[in-house]
Formats: sequence, structure tokens, C-alpha cells
Amino acid sequence: MSAKPSMTSRREWIYGWLLLLPAMVLLFAFTHVPAITTLLNSFFSTPRGRRAAKFVGVENYDRMLSDPVFWKVFWNNVWYAVGTIPVSIALAIAMALWVNDRLAGRSFVRMAYFTPTVLPLIAVANIWLFFYTPGFGLFDQITGYLFGWPSSNYLGNTDTALVAVMVVTVWKEAGFFMIFYLAALQSIPLSLKEAAQIEGAGRWTVFWRITFPLLMPTTLFVSVNAVINSFRLVDHIFILTDGGPDNASKLLLFLIYEVAFRHWETAYAASLTVALLVILSLLAIGQFYFVDRKVHYK
Amino acid sequence: MNATSFSYDRLLNTLGAWVLALMWALPLVYAVWTAFHPAAYEANFDLFAPLTLENFAKAWQAAPFARYFLNTVILVTMVLAGQFFLCTLAAYSFARFTFPGRNILFALVLLQLLVMPDILIVENYKTMRLLDLVDTIPAIALPYVASGFGIFLLRQTFMTIPRELDEAARIEGASPLGVLWKVYIPLAKPTYLAYGLISVSHHWNNFLWPLIVTNSVETRPVTVGLNIFSAIDSGVEWSVINAATLMTSGPLLIAFLLFQRQFVQSFMRAGIK
Amino acid sequence: MLKSTFLKAVAATALSFSTWASAQAVDLQFYFPVAVGGKAAETIQALTDEYVANHPDVKIDAVYAGSYQDTVAKAITASRGGNPPQLSVILSTDMFTLIDEDLIEPFDSYLSTEEDKKWLAGFYPAFMENSQTGGKTYGIPFQRSTPVLYWNKEAFEKAGLDPDTAPATWDEMVEFGKKLTVKDDSGNVTQWGVRIPSSGFPYWLFQGLAIENGAILANAEGNKTNFDDPKVVEALQYLVDLSVKDKVMAPGIIEWGSTPKAFFEGQTAMMWTSTGNLTNVRDNAPFKFGVAMLPEKAQRGAPTGGGNFYLFKGASAEQNKAAVEFVQWITAPEQSAKWTMATGYVAPRPETWDTETMKAYAADFPAVLVARDQLEFAKAELSTYQNQRVTGIFNDALAAAITGSKDPATALKEAQAQADGILAEYR
Repeated sequence: MSAKPSMTSRREWIYGWLLLLPAMVLLFAFTHVPAITTLLNSFFSTPRGRRAAKFVGVENYDRMLSDPVFWKVFWNNVWYAVGTIPVSIALAIAMALWVNDRLAGRSFVRMAYFTPTVLPLIAVANIWLFFYTPGFGLFDQITGYLFGWPSSNYLGNTDTALVAVMVVTVWKEAGFFMIFYLAALQSIPLSLKEAAQIEGAGRWTVFWRITFPLLMPTTLFVSVNAVINSFRLVDHIFILTDGGPDNASKLLLFLIYEVAFRHWETAYAASLTVALLVILSLLAIGQFYFVDRKVHYK
Repeated sequence: MNATSFSYDRLLNTLGAWVLALMWALPLVYAVWTAFHPAAYEANFDLFAPLTLENFAKAWQAAPFARYFLNTVILVTMVLAGQFFLCTLAAYSFARFTFPGRNILFALVLLQLLVMPDILIVENYKTMRLLDLVDTIPAIALPYVASGFGIFLLRQTFMTIPRELDEAARIEGASPLGVLWKVYIPLAKPTYLAYGLISVSHHWNNFLWPLIVTNSVETRPVTVGLNIFSAIDSGVEWSVINAATLMTSGPLLIAFLLFQRQFVQSFMRAGIK
Repeated sequence: MLKSTFLKAVAATALSFSTWASAQAVDLQFYFPVAVGGKAAETIQALTDEYVANHPDVKIDAVYAGSYQDTVAKAITASRGGNPPQLSVILSTDMFTLIDEDLIEPFDSYLSTEEDKKWLAGFYPAFMENSQTGGKTYGIPFQRSTPVLYWNKEAFEKAGLDPDTAPATWDEMVEFGKKLTVKDDSGNVTQWGVRIPSSGFPYWLFQGLAIENGAILANAEGNKTNFDDPKVVEALQYLVDLSVKDKVMAPGIIEWGSTPKAFFEGQTAMMWTSTGNLTNVRDNAPFKFGVAMLPEKAQRGAPTGGGNFYLFKGASAEQNKAAVEFVQWITAPEQSAKWTMATGYVAPRPETWDTETMKAYAADFPAVLVARDQLEFAKAELSTYQNQRVTGIFNDALAAAITGSKDPATALKEAQAQADGILAEYR
């Protein structure tokens, strides 16, 4: 058993590259190359049976910028992100704190918080559709019985449809994010909290001064996920509103789907995808800047 | 005095936790209610409503859920196996090898955290058509197999493993792949479990891409099958849809219930927090 | 080029374990969607099997492709990939899209004999409106429907109305609706008069109102819409007024999918929905119900809906001939009767209704005749080039008016301008 000579650096290079090769090939094939071809295709017209694609310059972008539906959907998505991200994260932290505590019926409570992670959004959307249904829907039955409210058409009004969709998103996200916070909480040493409590700090003080700062890396990780999800989670819209009424609950990815696979306008869909990529990149740059300053990641 | 205010505080917290828990469990509770009662009780919550299993029978007959279920299992297995394999190799490379282009390549991997395949549906669809893979299960899986998140996560874990262990194994004559197999993978088990959990629940429930890229019974996963099943002219039949949902989510649901404690612990040890 | 070789290399690994690619060698491949519950898929399969059993020289692979949306997507993809089906059932409104994509060919060249021409003339004209353009026949009606009015006889009785008479005019529908709208002690409505669902594809039921008012939404060439016709505006105003002024219908967008349930739950005394719901209502309504034609304004009227058979390009002449023969067989009276009874679709040829089977069925369930009789007044469903996009614009305009964010005239005027912008290149 003789000691092997240490690898030459060249051999190490080859090892490194070979190990990386399969993943990089697929990564390029389904992420980087399509991102670039999307950009290229956005400068061409949509090929149709009788007409081939031709170079049209920025025509698709002109159309996008003057398309009221695009702007409507853009602002919907902004509100969707602003509305769902903080609420999901706050609820996730609350849930994790509760479940981590000695609480009556803890295992039931934890199980309840887990349910959104397990049930497919597309299927649950049907259930929420029933909850929201005016008249005999669950929410109307409850508000009618308790407060004598008249029936409300949450999904059928332009002012409430997006909020109704957001509630479902928060339900889905908070339960999932809770898992991350729960793991983080369990690794915080109890002694820290106990020391603070001995010094007479209240629960709020302990939370804000000790727990919350220690959860910061998790919060960043979760918020990056939440931002991405706010542009990615559109499954429930298919069932709940189909983007309506009058585009009130349509989000960018749903619009891309609609333009590409219902209207068959792939070129316009490409320019919408580029817009989405630009938005995500700007957010990423912002977040990395923030992460860099606030948290030291290795 | 301090004690009373403390218990008051505790009461409020318990109450809050329970209210939220009931709200969160409501969809599942409703699904169970409708699935086991006749359709007439979809909107009438009568404690003495008759119980029935007919909805399950109806759902089972109305759509090939057995097939959809099988497709989903194949899909999830394929994705997970591919991800574990590719991401392990790539993460090992990033964590323990130095070679030119490493930082740029790692940045390109991280880019995928942001530019997910979910967004590039139009181009990926064209690619699948070019590859003649439209309407196949590999087409659903391929864009997700090289996962930027998986590579990132495993790299982080591998980097925490002391170099000494690595070197000790090499002194004993292990090749780089042998070291990976004997040292790194066993020590990263919690990360694999946590990542596997996220991946399975994500792909089990994924909808948009499979909707686009599949269009026959032999390839559709459960989510797409459920959607087709519910989007019919004659209106929503909640009792049957919910029975179908319970049937198809059942295994995942039970797995979660049984292993929830282990899941959280694996998350903790994997450092996903 | 570089990209494709690169991708093919990626594919090699993927293909080696892809046994799921469906490429079976059969003489005819035929895609069909299912849009109603019940036994639609089974019935098509059974009919196909029966045909093949009696025609040993033809092999037909009937493929259930999912929803209408999935089926058209699958057909377009397969055609572009060089592997088109020979035959597919797709929405009649997709005719212009399929022509634009250059994917289908007219049936005319395979229908040359006098007998064939007589056969072609044997369909209800209302169904042929969406099947022919430029003097050619691109679609053969198969799973076609039309909306009708369902009413709850018990609710009518309670409101002091004749339980056997449905409203015959727009005014009557409002008048009946007012009597049928019931409030509880705190003033909340517990039962609405009427329900015209407006989610997803509001244009379809709205088109009933437009046709009744004497308006046609699009020309037969599929390149011009009439969204801002004063008669269309008036029809939309009527629809909006049902909730806003007359208060006989719930405000806001009304969900299509929960409409039958709302009817069963007594939330509404009348509903407009597809004939495709007949069996569902018959099985689940806990009260006596009636089915009537949509009420009239200037005239009776309704749109048609549903799917046609299309003949895809890329097949050999023999295949096309065999496909046409199969279509002729499956739309023939006996087969068509089976299909209608299994699904609730309207049999597209008058002769089907003269068969003993259909007569017995209609005697047992007279409601099915309402849809047939209404066909006399029915018109083409809205369909143009770039159909999904143009219809989408129109749907948005309707939703804007229904939710009160725009008034009907403005909403429709804007929609017309947008539609003109899209359709100009097809004129």
C-alpha cells in the first residue's frame, strides 16, 4: 500500500471538468441555450404554416410596450409579489415558532401546516374554487351564518380576484417555508434564549433581539425562493379565474403560456419571456447586493 | 403575577396556532368530506350525511388514474435519480477540484436558480420537438435533471466535510470517485434526504410544463390528468375530483405524516435553513 | 445548426430510455377530445372497434387526446413534427387557425359523387356554418352542442308562475326573474332569478343574446368582426342590466363550472348552459326541471358549439378516402343516435332523429328535442383567423362590462379596434 503521488494539476483539471460535464450539458441545453434563443427569437415574427419567420427588429417589443394587457399583467405581478412574499414569510415564521414550542396538539398543528406541500396546487385550486363560490360556497356560508353578510363574488370581481388568488398562494407558500424555519429554529441553542429570559427579557424581546437575527440566513434563502415563486406559481390560476375577469388576475407566466400555447404566437411569447428574465435579473442583482451586505455566505 | 401573564400569553399563542392550523387544514378536510359523501352534500355539511365510497369508484372509472399515477411515479423517480447523479458529480467537482473556469461555471449554475426551466417553456418545447421527445416522460424530466439548486446545496454540504477525511481515504488508495462514494455521499445523507423531499414534492405537483409537453394518457402525470378531468363542460363535480385528488396524493400525504419529524431533522442537519 | 447537433447529442441518452414515444404503424390515426363527463371516450372507442370489425382492410387507432385545447395542440405539434393524424375532432372554431397553419384539407375532393353531395347536404345548416368557408367544406359536424335554458319548476310554482312555461322573450325573462329572486329577512338574496355564466368563455352564451338581437359577431370569411354593432352593444347592455338594473342575476363574473351545482342547490331558478349538461341535470337535480329554447328579442337564436372532424394534410389519397368513409359511417343515423344518447350532444343530421332508437329516447326524455328545434334559429359560433386571440379580446371586453369597469359601448368599441388590427392582414 504505497502512498499515491498527489495529482498533477492538469489531472485535477480534467477530473473537475469531466465530473461537471453531464450536468453542464443539460444545464446549457435547457437553461442557457434556450434563454439565448428566446432572446434571438424575440426579434423575429411568428412562423405560421403559410409564412416563415422573418426578422422584424424590435417590433415585438414595440407591441409589448404598447400592449395594455402586458402592463396590466406586469402590475398584477408586482402586487402579487408584494402581497404574497411578506405575508407568507411572516406566517411561516409564526408557524415555525408555534410548532417548535410546547403546544397543545402540536403534532396535529404541524401536520395541518404541512398539507399545502403535499397536495397539488392544481387539485387544491378546485377546492378553493368551492370556498370562493358565491352563495353556497364555504366562505359565503360562514360569513352569511355568522354575520349575515350577503354573498360575495370573490373571483368574479376585478377588485378581489387577484387577492383571492393571492390567498391561495400564501396558503401554499407559508406551509412550505415553515419547514425551513423549523429546521433553523431547532438548531438555535436553547441556552441563548434561556440566558435572555433569565435576564428578564420578554418573549417579544427574545424574538426580535435573538431569534429573528439568527433566522436571517433562512429568511434570505426563503425570500429568494418566494420572489422566484411569485413569478412561477400560476397553476391555480388555470382553475380559479383563467386570468380573468378582464385580465385582473393574470400573471406574467400565465400570459406567456396563453400567448404561446393558446394564441400560438411564439415570437411575442419570446419577447414576454425576455421581459420576465429581465425582471428576475434585476431582482437578483438587488438581492445579491443585499445578501452581500447583510449576510456573509461562503 | 408574572406567571398569570405568561399563561395568558400562552393561551393566545395556542389559540393563534390552532386557528391557523384549522385554516390550513381546511382544504384537506373538505376534500375528505366530499370524497366520502354523496354529491348532494358537497355544500351541505350535515353531520349525519350518509357515507359512501362511490366517488372513488366513479373517479377510478372516469379517468385512467392508475396510469397517471404510474406515470408520476416514473417521472419522479427519473428526475430524482438523474438529479442525485448529476448534481453529486457537479457538486463534488466544484467543492474539491480547482480548474480553470470554475468560478464562471459556478456562476452559470447559480443563474439557474433564477432562470428556471419553468419560465423557458416556449423554447424548451421547441427543443423537445426537435429531439422528437414531445409527449414522453423523459421530456417532462429532462429540463429539471441538472438542478442548479441541487448542485449548490450539495456543494455547500461537501465543503463542510473536513479535508482530512478526504485525504485519509486517498492515502488508503481510493480514487477520486471512490472518495466521493465512501466519504462524501454517506456524510451528506441528510442533504440528500432534504433535497429529495423538496424535489419529489415539487415534481409530484408540477403542472405547467407537463401540461404543455404531454398529451396522451401514457405520459400524463396525475396533475395534468386531474386538470383535464375537472375541465369539462358539465361543471365541477367536487366529490369525484376530491376523491381523485385524495387517491393520487395519498401516498405522498402518508409519507409526510409518517416521516415529518425526520424530514425537519434532515433539513436541520443539511443546513437548509 | 450547431444547436441542433448539440441537442441531438443530448437526446441520444434520453432516447435510449424513452420507450414512451408513441409511434404505432396503423392505417388511420384519429385524435379525439372529451369535454363532457360520462361515457364519451368509451363510446368513441366502441364505435371505432365496431367499424374496424366490419372493415378488415382498415385499421383505426383512436387516440384520446384530452381536452379540446390539448387535442388541437397535439394535432398541431404532430403535424409540424411530420407525423400528423389523418383525422381529428377539434373545435369547429379552430377551422381558420388550422387553415392558417396549413394543416387541413377540404373534404370536397373526396366527396365527388352525387350521393356524397347529398350526404353533405344532410347536416343541419346551422352546424355547417362553422364548417365551410370560401365555398369549401373543412369540417364535418360530430360532437356539437348548443346552449339552452333550464328552469326549476318547483321554484316557478313557489313564485306563482306557471311551472310549465319558460320565459319566451327577454322582457319575460326579466319579469319572471324578478318574481323568482328571493331574499331572506336581512335582505340577502337566497335565490336568483337567472344565471348566465360568464367565466372562461363568456362570448359563447353572450352570443346567444347577440344573435337573438339580430347581430352576427363575425363574417363567414373569418376576417371581420362586428363587435361594436349597436345590436351587440344593446345585447351586452341587457346582460349587464340583469345584475345591475333588474337585479335578477348575481353581479360579477359567474363561474361556468359551478353553475349546475348552483342550480341544484336552488341558488338560481333558471340557468343558461350547454345541452351537454342534460344528463347531469337529469341525474342530479332534486326537483322537477324544464328545458327551453333561449328567449327571443328580435328573433330566437343561439350559437352552436363543439367539435368537427378535420382531415389532415400529409395523408395518402387512400388514407383520406378511408377516413372520409369512416366519418360517413360514424355520423350515420344508428351510430349518431348511440353517440347522442351517451353524451348529450345534438345529433347533427335530421335523419338521425327519425330512427326508432332516437324516437324512443326522445319520447322518454322530451327535453332533448329542444336543442334540435332550436337549431333552426342557431348561427355559427364566433370564429375568425387567430381565433383564440380575437375571442380573447372579446372575452375581456365582456368581462370589463360585466364587472362594471367599462360601459358596454366603450368596451366593445375598443375590442373591435383591436380585432381589426389583428384581422387586417387576412382581408
